[in-house]
Amino acid sequence: MQNELITDATLVSSYIKGDEGALEVLILRHKQKIYSFIYSKVFDRDVAEDIFQDTFIKVIRTLKRGAYNEEGKFLPWVMRISHNLVIDHFRKSNRMPKFDNSGEFSIFSVLSDTSLNAEKTIIKEQVENDVRRLVDKLPEDQKEVLLLRIYNDMSFKEISDKTGVSINTALGRMRYALINLRKIIDKHNIVLTN
Amino acid sequence: MAKIYSEKFINKMDDLEPKEETVNFLLSYSKALSVINCKKMKFEALLN
Repeated sequence: MQNELITDATLVSSYIKGDEGALEVLILRHKQKIYSFIYSKVFDRDVAEDIFQDTFIKVIRTLKRGAYNEEGKFLPWVMRISHNLVIDHFRKSNRMPKFDNSGEFSIFSVLSDTSLNAEKTIIKEQVENDVRRLVDKLPEDQKEVLLLRIYNDMSFKEISDKTGVSINTALGRMRYALINLRKIIDKHNIVLTN
Repeated sequence: MAKIYSEKFINKMDDLEPKEETVNFLLSYSKALSVINCKKMKFEALLN
C-alpha cells in the first residue's frame, strides 16, 4: 500500500542514489503492463521474456550511468525502450527468418520437401532394377514395343514405322507386354512402390 | 483472426507476466552492476 503512494519519479531518484529496493518496486509495479505490451507485439512468451529482460537491462544501465532525465514519465520511457527492442527483434527476424511451429497452423502442411531422402533413393533404385529385370523377361517383340513407347516416348505410329509392323500389332504387343508384366508381378508377389 | 480474438486468448492476455526468474535476474544484475566515473569517462563493472 505504501509502495503505491511513492511516485515513480521518487523511486527512480532513490534507485539512482543507491536504493536497490526501489528498482524492485518499479519492476513489480510495471512488469505486467510492459510484458503484456511486448507480448501483444511478438506473440511468443520466450521472445517477450527476452525483450522484457533487455528492456530493463537498458533501464538499469541508463539509470546507473546517470543518463536518465526526468523529462517524461518513467513508464512511457520504459515502454519506448521496449517498443524499440520489439522493432529490433522484427528487423533481426526479417534478416534471419525463423520457423515457429508453436501455433495450430503448420507451414509444412502445405510445403513439403520433394527431394528424396537416402532411404527413398535406395527404394527407388531397387524398384527401377526390378522393373528392368521384369521387362527383360518379356518376349523380344513385346519388350521392343514397350521400351519404344515408355522409355523413348514414341507414338504407336512411329513404333509401327520403326518396327515395320502395323499399328494394331504394335498396340497388341504393348497390351500383351503389360498383361505379362502384371502376371509376373502377381506370380512373384513383387511390390513396386516407393 | 478468430484465434487471436477468442475468449481463451483474452483470458491469456490478463495473466501475462514475466517469469519470476527474469525479475530476480534483473534485480541481481542491478546489484552486480556498478558504474565507475573516471574523469569524463564512465566504466561499467559487473561484480559477481
